Amino acid sequence: MTAATEFGAYGGRYVPETLIPALDDLTSKWSELQRDESFRAELNELLTTYAGRPTPLTRAERFAPDKRLYLKREDLLHTGAHKVNNALGQIVLARRLGKHRIVAETGAGQHGVATATVCARFGLECVVYMGEEDMRRQQPNVERMRLMGATVMPVDFGTKTLKEATSEAIRDWIANVGTTHYLIGSCVGPAPYPEIVRELQRVIGDEAREQILAAEGRLPEAVVACVGGGSNAIGIFYGFLDDEDVRIVGVEAAGAASLGTGRAGVLHGARSSVLADEDGQIADAHSISAGLDYPGVGPEHAYLRDIGRVEYVGATDAEALAAFRDLARTEGIIPALEPSHALARARELEEELILVGLSGRGDKDLAEALRHLT
Amino acid sequence: MSKALVVYLMAGPDTPDLAHAAVDGGADTVEIGFPFSDPLADGPVIRRAAERALAQGMRTRQCLDVLARTRERLPGTPLIPMTYSSLLEAYGWERFAEDVAASGGSSMIVADLPAGERPSLRRVQLVAPTSTDERIALAGAETDGWLYLVTIAGTTGARGELSPALPGLVERTRRLVDAPLYAGFGISTPAHARAATELADGIVVGSAALEAAEDGPEALRDFVASLRAVI
Ligand SMILES: Cc1ncc(COP(=O)(O)O)c(C=O)c1O
Repeated sequence: MTAATEFGAYGGRYVPETLIPALDDLTSKWSELQRDESFRAELNELLTTYAGRPTPLTRAERFAPDKRLYLKREDLLHTGAHKVNNALGQIVLARRLGKHRIVAETGAGQHGVATATVCARFGLECVVYMGEEDMRRQQPNVERMRLMGATVMPVDFGTKTLKEATSEAIRDWIANVGTTHYLIGSCVGPAPYPEIVRELQRVIGDEAREQILAAEGRLPEAVVACVGGGSNAIGIFYGFLDDEDVRIVGVEAAGAASLGTGRAGVLHGARSSVLADEDGQIADAHSISAGLDYPGVGPEHAYLRDIGRVEYVGATDAEALAAFRDLARTEGIIPALEPSHALARARELEEELILVGLSGRGDKDLAEALRHLT
Repeated sequence: MSKALVVYLMAGPDTPDLAHAAVDGGADTVEIGFPFSDPLADGPVIRRAAERALAQGMRTRQCLDVLARTRERLPGTPLIPMTYSSLLEAYGWERFAEDVAASGGSSMIVADLPAGERPSLRRVQLVAPTSTDERIALAGAETDGWLYLVTIAGTTGARGELSPALPGLVERTRRLVDAPLYAGFGISTPAHARAATELADGIVVGSAALEAAEDGPEALRDFVASLRAVI
């Protein structure tokens, strides 16, 4: 299989040979499970009784008074972000692959917490790599992971953020591939991961489509989500990609705009749009939000940008902070800093009926946000 | 038949001198690392060497210059750049191969470009203990000159013991591939070198060579000679 043309010219499996057989196994197990009713049933049961799906749609009337702006409330899920949709799906997959050790990377700590959670739930060993800078910014999530029995491995070199944490998680996987499943946290990485994560996150968009049709009797004019690696965004976008009249907008952190200012490059196993210099050396990203502070993005987003189906724009730290504060004051909902980027752009759109992916809640960000807001 | 000894160096201003010293000590082939910011296949020693090389401004152009200057010093030694896909993507895949050849490169190794991907790019392929027979046969058919046997499931870096996976990997690969088999990853002492060359046709020494090279050309030559003496 040459997966190099998965999403147009993007995607592929740019990894050391050691991992190829594991990726082959993953690919065949995944396609088998997609036809397997019992897999779907097991996952749906967990999503409902453990994670708290379906999540509601909430109209944000005071936040955007001149619009009909709806929030898809992934912040209400167990562990506080959309990441658990993917973690649950992959843990069921890992068990069926016979793997008993899980390794993951985390930036904001939400994926690490989701992974530690599902590992605790199923009694699997859990190792999470996290940059030291992110451990500082997201301290409560470090404590949560440890409380649930995960080992948090600090990464103290390079950017000390998600980029290096991902590299270290992949290196761990290379060394322990026989026993270990790599539970990647976004729609990035070598094939088949981007597809697996998308399929596990599209529940967001599938639910939201039905809900907005029920509430408004029509489709939204625009759908907006924040893009780090791109998993919550691809999940909500997939509900609307075929609806040509729906405008779709992805919002990156202005200092980590892999799609806005990046170039074609290879990072963490896939060809995509990345922040890199003209020699292909990966550049540092900068964002107040640890979950968006990543120089790469899922290959399918690069494809959706190139074909013109999705627009990608940026929001600054200051704009995200303002939206963070405003949503808290006007709606009594404290968003995570990541979706605060989406909120900042969404309220400025000319469209009236707008759906925003509220990918997570802001408890983890309080200390960092208050430091900047006061 | 004498066994092959491949020594890895990170590209830098002193590479021609170091490569010369390695050949003096008994190396047959020199790999020259073109540093990448996010080297997934590498452990801490090579990763740190790459960070330092990048901080010194060793970008693709400079690395090609280093290659050309090393070629001038060592007209008869195979010189093999080892790098990652991102550099080729940025430089242009074909242009990279052309310019490596024009600078005196003998082939190349792309650590994150497994067999089957971009088969037209001639390079030394790698197989690992996890590789299936089918993949070993594919890598053997596509490889350029010799086949690189990754002795362990893991990243580069010195290890206490020679990998117990090596005998099985050599045995499987011999049945499927005619090319010479050179074992690498984790080989760092004369004892490893001897044990590995009892099975394979040659060895690749990376992290341990880099550590020796930190003390200068003489230290590197002595280290390489200590390996050559036993293989
Ligand atoms: C709440 C929240 N939203 C978004 C993201 C960004 O990830 P992705 O772009 O994969 O959704 C994160 C990542 O940590 C997050 O915690």
